[in-house]
Amino acid sequence: MLNMFKLERRPVPSSMMKIASPLIAAFAMLLTGIVIFTALGKPPQQAFYVFFIKPVENIYGVGELLLKASPLLLCALGLAIGFRANVWNIGAEGQLTMGAIASGGVALWLGDTSVAWGLPLMLLAGALGGMAWAAIPAFLRNRFNTSEILVTLMLVYIAQLFLSFLVHGPWRDPQGFNFPQSKTFADAYLIPLLVEGTRTNWSFVLGLLLAIASWIFSSQTFAGYRMQVAGLAPAAATYAGFSIKRNVWVALMISGATAGLAGMCEVAGPIGQLQAQISPGYGFAAIIVAWIGRLHPIGIVFGSLLMSLLYLGGESAQMQMALPSAITGLFQGLLLFYLLAADLFITFRLKRVHTPHASNLSMPVNPSAATKGAV
Amino acid sequence: MNFDIPLLAIFASTVTAATPLIYAALGETVVEKAGVLNLGIEGMMLVGAVAGFAATLATGSPVIGFIAAACAGVLMSLVFAVLTLSLQANQVATGLALTLFGIGLSAFVGHDFAGTPIAGLKKLPIPFLSDIPVLGKLLFSYDAMVYGSILLFIAVQWFLVKSYAGLKIRAIGESPTVAHEVGHPVIWIRYCAVMFGGATAGIAGAYLSLVQTPMWVEGMTAGKGWIALALVVFGTWKPLRVVLGAYLFGGVTVMQLFAQGFGLGIPSEFLSMLPYVATIVVLVIICRDPKTILLNQPLSLGKSFHPGS
Repeated sequence: MLNMFKLERRPVPSSMMKIASPLIAAFAMLLTGIVIFTALGKPPQQAFYVFFIKPVENIYGVGELLLKASPLLLCALGLAIGFRANVWNIGAEGQLTMGAIASGGVALWLGDTSVAWGLPLMLLAGALGGMAWAAIPAFLRNRFNTSEILVTLMLVYIAQLFLSFLVHGPWRDPQGFNFPQSKTFADAYLIPLLVEGTRTNWSFVLGLLLAIASWIFSSQTFAGYRMQVAGLAPAAATYAGFSIKRNVWVALMISGATAGLAGMCEVAGPIGQLQAQISPGYGFAAIIVAWIGRLHPIGIVFGSLLMSLLYLGGESAQMQMALPSAITGLFQGLLLFYLLAADLFITFRLKRVHTPHASNLSMPVNPSAATKGAV
Repeated sequence: MNFDIPLLAIFASTVTAATPLIYAALGETVVEKAGVLNLGIEGMMLVGAVAGFAATLATGSPVIGFIAAACAGVLMSLVFAVLTLSLQANQVATGLALTLFGIGLSAFVGHDFAGTPIAGLKKLPIPFLSDIPVLGKLLFSYDAMVYGSILLFIAVQWFLVKSYAGLKIRAIGESPTVAHEVGHPVIWIRYCAVMFGGATAGIAGAYLSLVQTPMWVEGMTAGKGWIALALVVFGTWKPLRVVLGAYLFGGVTVMQLFAQGFGLGIPSEFLSMLPYVATIVVLVIICRDPKTILLNQPLSLGKSFHPGS
């Protein structure tokens, strides 16, 4: 079957496939999901309903969808700017944690007061906390050539341990029955709700505003253009004298800031205090969101909603069908796999080979298809 | 008088802590020598850990557990290989996807095993040699997988430096285009290298769930797959240095555990940070001089290769 087709590089990358590929990936993930549910002995229709429809049936559910999409959207917008320039910040989870710590620190310091500048200061602290954490890999990469992939990742573990130290030690609520958590923040330092009767707050609007800002940055500013060139044609960027070091700083500062904001939105939103664990891996899932959204702000908005639905579906499946909620992670990974596979057809296309001996003829030209048969 | 007991214990724990890193990092060394960057070690280790645990629980035999873990690692690495080698997907993105998928898959499959105790792998003192005072305890009283890690090191070292197949792998890692022109099956050889890395990562994961703990805990690798990746850079893609680096890291891990036990007044979280901080420090030391990396890193590392175009 495979030998009847041959991969051929397209003269121009297909812009149609670029948009179709995430949709194909989402569809393939759904099909695989149905297979998995059937294999686990769950009726597929019911499972599909519980996973993908039930969580967003009512206004409260839609609110939850937006609430969970916000941190994903914020992190992914920043990450996408770096990915476009080949700067691989994969430690958004750590920057999110530091943003949460910094803004949480402000809220705890303000205590029971209610000053008007409290919430803006927390936003600032969150962004700065994330930026400070992202500055470490930026500095180390520019000064010592260390891989930002490994450094950002190691810093995730360090940030989480630091948070754990704070809520077990100095910042623990003395009246908290020894639970590892801080005092709850005063009402004045929680992000106001967007729609009454739901838990969703202004953080999603903040995400949408930043999506617009990110679009303007990428398509309208020279700094954004420089980064795009550096990603698409590194040699051309060097020849034009665009500084790689500056790109590294810009990418990590922006993604650190947005991840820090995401952390702030979590602790000053649904959580309302500092806890030992504040994110179920939003910083990592945001990598998938950035990718599935084609590193484009509009795509990322939709990607974050889809990813949020996967989180809600996992919780729903756990409650309704006694499936482990870890199934969410399974779907996340599958989604990215299918996307990466479908992306092949942006730059290549399948060509039907008509002559009966064509499969043999095509082998030297395309050994990759031949080895696939061998494996 | 009792001075040597904690030292012996520290040494033995260091070896045990380093062993999974040796398996994972030696495998990745071969993969990277072939010019492929697989960032999915963490995911393959987790799937190996849960597969090894499940197989041991079902059969009662850790040997079968390790075989199952290696197979699971190979299957995971095949997903990576098909995507990056046959379908030309970006290696960094695919490796990350493999890790995220592995975290999800292992948590999903392992959900029912969490907290179940298991017999684990028994120690296998080498007859006669282990009876030597001090040295016997120090060198010859481990489980079989520790000796296996040394054998693996010797095999990888010989393979990469002395064997013809190893030479081919290194040539492909430097320049797949030239190797292809000369007539070597680049894609096929890269497939083999990636699968080898998958098998060792799976074994490394199973060592955690069958020997070190021994039980299944969600996300039990806690970044060891990433540390193994850093070790390959630290070892400048040379097996001996990779192994020494693994022992160094094992030492750091064990020292911080002992320090926590002694209660030095340093909060345990800060001591737990040490292996991660050490990884960053080590990367800085090695990468400081760009020449070190330029001279040692396989030239085509991380780049896709499509022979037809």
